[in-house]
Amino acid sequence: MSTNVTEDYIDASGGDWDEVIAAAQESGAERLVVNMGPQHPSTHGVLRLILTLDGETVTDARVGIGYLHTGIEKNMEFRTWTQGTTFVTRMDYLTPIFNEVAYCLAVERLLDITDQVPDRATVIRVLMMELNRMSSHFVAMATFGMELGATTIMTNGFREREMVLDIFELITGLRMNHGYIRPGGVAQDLPHGAVGKIRELLKEMPKRLKILRKLLDANPLYLARTRDVAYLDLAGCMALGVTGPLLRASGLGWDLRKAKPYCGYENYEFDVPVSDGCDVYARYRVRVAEMEQSLRIIEQCLDRLQSGPVMVDDPKIGWPAQLTLGPDGLGNSPDHIAHIMGSSMEALIHHFKIVTEGFRVPPGQAYAAVESAKGELGCHAVSDGGTRPHRVHFRDPSFTHLQAVAAMCEGGAVADVIAAVASIDP
Amino acid sequence: MSNENHEGKPTLNGDQNLPAHAGEERLSAPVAREGMFGAKTTGDTSGYGRLLVRRPAAQDSERPFTDPDDPRTARFDEIADTLEESLREGPVDFGAAIERVVVDRGELTLHVRREHLPEVARRLRDDPALRFELCLGVTGVHYPQDSGRELHAVYWMRSITHNTEMRLEVSCPDADPHIPSIVDTYPTNDWHEREAYDFFGIVFDGHPSLTRIEMPDDWHGHPQRKDYPLGGIPVEYRGATIPPPDERRSYT
Repeated sequence: MSTNVTEDYIDASGGDWDEVIAAAQESGAERLVVNMGPQHPSTHGVLRLILTLDGETVTDARVGIGYLHTGIEKNMEFRTWTQGTTFVTRMDYLTPIFNEVAYCLAVERLLDITDQVPDRATVIRVLMMELNRMSSHFVAMATFGMELGATTIMTNGFREREMVLDIFELITGLRMNHGYIRPGGVAQDLPHGAVGKIRELLKEMPKRLKILRKLLDANPLYLARTRDVAYLDLAGCMALGVTGPLLRASGLGWDLRKAKPYCGYENYEFDVPVSDGCDVYARYRVRVAEMEQSLRIIEQCLDRLQSGPVMVDDPKIGWPAQLTLGPDGLGNSPDHIAHIMGSSMEALIHHFKIVTEGFRVPPGQAYAAVESAKGELGCHAVSDGGTRPHRVHFRDPSFTHLQAVAAMCEGGAVADVIAAVASIDP
Repeated sequence: MSNENHEGKPTLNGDQNLPAHAGEERLSAPVAREGMFGAKTTGDTSGYGRLLVRRPAAQDSERPFTDPDDPRTARFDEIADTLEESLREGPVDFGAAIERVVVDRGELTLHVRREHLPEVARRLRDDPALRFELCLGVTGVHYPQDSGRELHAVYWMRSITHNTEMRLEVSCPDADPHIPSIVDTYPTNDWHEREAYDFFGIVFDGHPSLTRIEMPDDWHGHPQRKDYPLGGIPVEYRGATIPPPDERRSYT
């Protein structure tokens, strides 16, 4: 790591800042190349930005991704279709439920059982997705505030998110990486007390959102940092394949929940918030408005919840056991174990086969897309007729959106790069 | 699950369901796998060692593509007709550009001959009656058994104007892994094509800077191909050794 000085530019790739300044003063070069990240918290995980600066102005912004590549898609080819859920949920720890739903919808389409998924499971999926949308948007706002130096937004955002994560923990057992949505339904029915806890959230959250709006909507400091920053208009969004809140903040009310309803979204009443500001502020306004709509959907979900099964009525696909909470706090299925170990040899064989071998999926390919908190999240699944995926690919909105960093940042101030990246919410 | 036999092959309809026909097609299909349980090192005592599993032959749908009973397919004929008409204005016609059309599970797939992909993509985007303004990226799929067309690039297209969606599939042989880039039509495909190159080694001709995106620049090989090992080490747990996932018994 050293400062590399050429006639054209100074490459500041580490080392002592004083040396960089001295070198810059000595040489006649005008441009400075700096690395932002990959370790800085404002780069959301490990994103590396390579910026060429002319004074305070960014003339070139290049993005280095790949530090988060973990080979999940490859790994899934060596696990059963059910085990895939465990992997996809880890693709983005802020939107685990969306990843799971997209994957399960694709697998269900391959199995041709989309219509057989029980109503209760579908409603729970919608409920979980909308809760997840809120928790993801809270993080988007919280980290944004933190990166601009507004720690109140950060603490508030994470505090609100924790309310959602508490519900997730109650329902799935984990705050993130749930593996809760499974091909054919969901892993577990809602536990006792979950509906009450969600009702509490519905009562409390509007107040919290109001506080957030009071703090930010017309805050002059916030406006100064977000208005007309990182401008990306509709033409830019279309060319770069940008979807989700960024697209809706450029004036097009495109939402897969309305346009291509899945999981019964056509039965819910909600609005698609749109803004035509095309800037960071507009994206913030869209996100807050979306959270308010999510609350509406969650309320309707609770009203629509009817008792019934949560897994498809096909013993060749559905997981045989339902977990109950043991005295040690761990999940187990005493009734099921008694059944397979004590009374039915066939049930034991069936259990063994479906758990170790999994189910076979007819050959073919399918694409299922959901409107995740960040944009269109698509899952392309290919089966060769076996018990394992031949290929699973995720069309991840963040991957696509990060391409827009150059379009948003070049020509702007270096300080606005942070705001731009945060508004993408990668 | 119900409409397939024990080999994961869809049951054929009508006359073709006669055993003679079913057998003919099955025997002409390429062998997907031999043996069972993925056992390669130990002796096979199960009797399944000589099992041959054949993949179903590539599907091909005939017109009409719209199935009146399936609302998902409602616009498929319209899309195909419009594209056919639109291509007539250009240098290639529909039959030459589109190898075959597959309608499966309510999804439309056009298999495009690779040399005509840029033309088809441009028509899809610019024709007002098609207007697929959003390309949701490209991904590779490796079919090692599909000799002569091992590598497939799959594009998912979406029209916001008409609220339609469809898939383009382009294939190329392993020996000559070249597919024209459509980045100049769909700039969003820039990173997606780099990813497909990185993972599958598909070279997108005409891409502005086709470099690796996820793997390090000096990486050897293309990790998502089927002949690329998963890697991993055996793990010891309570005295037993658990092999890495790609060496465990498999049932496919």
